[in-house]
Amino acid sequence: MESALTTAEPTHLAHQFDSLEQQQQTATLGMWFFLAQEILFFGGLFMTYLLYRWRDPQAFQAGSYTLDIRFGMTNTLVLIASSFTMAMAVRSAQTDRIKALVRYLVATGFFGVTFLCIKYVEYSDKWHHHHVPGPLFHFAGPMGQRAEVFFSMYFAMTGMHALHMIIGLGLLIWLLSGALRGRYSARYYNPIECFGLYWHFVDIIWIFLFPLFYLIGRHYHGVA
Amino acid sequence: MNPHESAAGTNYLNAELGLRSWLLTKDHKRIAILYLLSVSFFFLVGGLFAMMIRLELLTPAGDLMEHDTYNHVFSAHGIIMVFFFLIPAIPAILGNFLIPIMIGAKDLAFPKLNLLSWYLYMFAGTMALTALLMGGVDTGWTFYPPYSSNFSHSNVVLVGIAVFINGFSGILTGLNFLVTIHRMRAPGMTWFRLPLFVWSQYATSLIFVLGTPVIAITLLLLVGERLFHIGVFDPSLGGDPVLFQHLFWFYSHPAVYIMILPSMAVISELIACFSRKRIFGYNMVAFSSIAIAVLGFLVWGHHMFVSSQSVYAGTVFSLLTMLVAIPSAIKVFNWSFTLYQGSVSLETPMLYALGFIGLFTIGGLTGVFLGTLGFDVHVTDTYFVVAHFHYVMVGGTLMGYLGGLHFWWPKMTGRKYPEFWGKLSALLVFVGFNLTFFPQFILGYLGMPRRYHVYPPEWQVLNVMSSAGASVLAVGFILPACYFLWSLKYGEIAGRNPWRAKGLEWEVPSPPPTFNFEVPPVVTEEAYNYAGGLEPRPTGLASAKTH
Amino acid sequence: MASPEPTSGHHIVPVKIYVVIFLALACLTVLTTAVAFVDLGPFNNVVMLAISLLKTSLVVLFFMHVKYSTRLVPLIAVGAVVWLLIMFGITMSDYMTRGWLGAGSSWPRP
Repeated sequence: MESALTTAEPTHLAHQFDSLEQQQQTATLGMWFFLAQEILFFGGLFMTYLLYRWRDPQAFQAGSYTLDIRFGMTNTLVLIASSFTMAMAVRSAQTDRIKALVRYLVATGFFGVTFLCIKYVEYSDKWHHHHVPGPLFHFAGPMGQRAEVFFSMYFAMTGMHALHMIIGLGLLIWLLSGALRGRYSARYYNPIECFGLYWHFVDIIWIFLFPLFYLIGRHYHGVA
Repeated sequence: MNPHESAAGTNYLNAELGLRSWLLTKDHKRIAILYLLSVSFFFLVGGLFAMMIRLELLTPAGDLMEHDTYNHVFSAHGIIMVFFFLIPAIPAILGNFLIPIMIGAKDLAFPKLNLLSWYLYMFAGTMALTALLMGGVDTGWTFYPPYSSNFSHSNVVLVGIAVFINGFSGILTGLNFLVTIHRMRAPGMTWFRLPLFVWSQYATSLIFVLGTPVIAITLLLLVGERLFHIGVFDPSLGGDPVLFQHLFWFYSHPAVYIMILPSMAVISELIACFSRKRIFGYNMVAFSSIAIAVLGFLVWGHHMFVSSQSVYAGTVFSLLTMLVAIPSAIKVFNWSFTLYQGSVSLETPMLYALGFIGLFTIGGLTGVFLGTLGFDVHVTDTYFVVAHFHYVMVGGTLMGYLGGLHFWWPKMTGRKYPEFWGKLSALLVFVGFNLTFFPQFILGYLGMPRRYHVYPPEWQVLNVMSSAGASVLAVGFILPACYFLWSLKYGEIAGRNPWRAKGLEWEVPSPPPTFNFEVPPVVTEEAYNYAGGLEPRPTGLASAKTH
Repeated sequence: MASPEPTSGHHIVPVKIYVVIFLALACLTVLTTAVAFVDLGPFNNVVMLAISLLKTSLVVLFFMHVKYSTRLVPLIAVGAVVWLLIMFGITMSDYMTRGWLGAGSSWPRP
């Protein structure tokens, strides 16, 4: 493998590595270990959800019914689209098409922002219906106070997810500025690939959150 | 070129000068030294709280402090010692310094992330200290709700966030080590030629990455409960406080293996060097490290036998706890068999290693007693538990840490410590430690509860013995602090390999140059390639200059 | 050269594959929503979980290139999930066996 020093372009090879390939493989491996800890991090929330839903399935059903399934499904499709554009962004970098990389990064960001806007609408709606846990919580219907834990888990988990999306969008802006300044190429696109892994992970979390919060016991109430 | 010195006498310590070059360093060796300074500071703080505890317990009455103050003191002692000393010490100091060199690499995989780990540690530590100065917490280091979420008028949120941030310091370090060991080994350094130190650090890093995020999210949930009453742990809101215990101990039990595995890592190196022999059953010791890490995740409920956890779950946890003792026992056996017919010499590091084997055995066996459900019900929350975990944490982890510091001090600083004082300190630590904690087994079995500042007068003798032992122990800790500092200026210059040990770290100069190796090494030998009794003894540090 | 196992090589996935996966994920989303309105009793949860796992697998294998990586990467991903299942399984085994002795659970359901 030719030494990075013989190429004309600025080398991104860090001193501790022997080759760009070793550096790239190391970066992705590091990202995967980071995702492993993210799985365990969210896992604590899923454990709590699991316990409380097992304990009081009816309360969870009642809470789920108050969520708007159209927003949930739209958001799911939006995130899947953003995963597609992100995968295309990585591919563009791999094939040295930097203009396409920029376009796909922008598209990913657009979908991400769309997701957060819809979430904002949903959260506002919950606030107006007094479904936010706390002193102002009030749930109409036989479940009453029992439904509060559903909403605690809803805000905790979708909130943590949204926080990860916000962080992701911040990182995306940083990547975009680098791409616009010609920092990435087919020889060096580690940050794009690593960010892609992160972004897909955040999408996967939502793949679980959507049915777990929006689709509980829908058949009892018929079409929304 | 003189193999005992790097080119032109430059090494990682003097390559660049000035505070900025240290605070912005990417060199894993400098980061290790940064950790050495900060970890030592937190050990001192935690130790001061320990002295306050032992002073109070000299007398049966609560005459030194109020019960409430005492609650704050033992909480501070536990939090500082567990999170800011025991968990980071060996990985962040010895692991950081040695892993790249031991595998033949120039640095860790992610040097800047390594520096970030240190800054997260410092930020968290500063936050914790601030919280302590504001009065600390009185919940114990275990933060159980509903007391911590609903009733405690102390700085639970601040300390919780500090521990949360510190958690990420550890996660990033573990991640860094895992990737480094996978990807940066020199040519010829196959997995089964690695020093056992690296195997144990690898296992530790698995726990860092898989376990720590769980306590992170748990503390966030606790903060949410305390601030926003989300109702997951508070029984009056339909929550279950035992859920907190499940989540907390899911991390905190493997955390104790984060504490002991690196110490075992050191012991393997010390036993091999000072017996001039390859560790008996290398493969088994390597696999047992992984086994401890894996099995350690299955036993957390043995901290919850009396929590209202189901009896059936308790039984299963008890059985699994028996299992996790096995790989630890394998290590102890293998170290002992290494000593047999080895050429054993008793330099300071070896004294710590031998002390470790004895004390860890006692600590580990009493852990098996505690894992026995019926027995645990009798001694839970008594001084028996306190004695057990101090035997493994101080008699185990701390002995390994001190042994490792002494062993690699010449490599890290280029100076020898005074061997006589080293041996004396090791002796004082051993005697002081046993005097402090053995009486606590008896006290616990007799029924003295933990976390109490008063006790019936008939237990005073044992308590006084314990406090006396603590004073001896303190001297045993202060002495190395003094002579290590002394050695930096007045210690004898150490050569490349004062112990005549095997291992890549002994092939580089003392102190090593910034990028470790002048020429990238190619490994052709097995680890611990000693010739048994035919190896020359280490020249040791007992040179003509002994006192 | 250092340790030889590559994580993800420079394998370039054809655009067609990405499009197919995207469409599959969209269809599965519609499917999981539709199935939620059909009463399958306890199997609702099973089907929902299965579809989510299938979607996850598609994202992991194709978008995250795990199909083109060596064994270490899927080991890490699967390993983390297995660890999570350990947490779920053993913790739930506590709650689900409380009150088996007939004395009643310490934390009864509403």
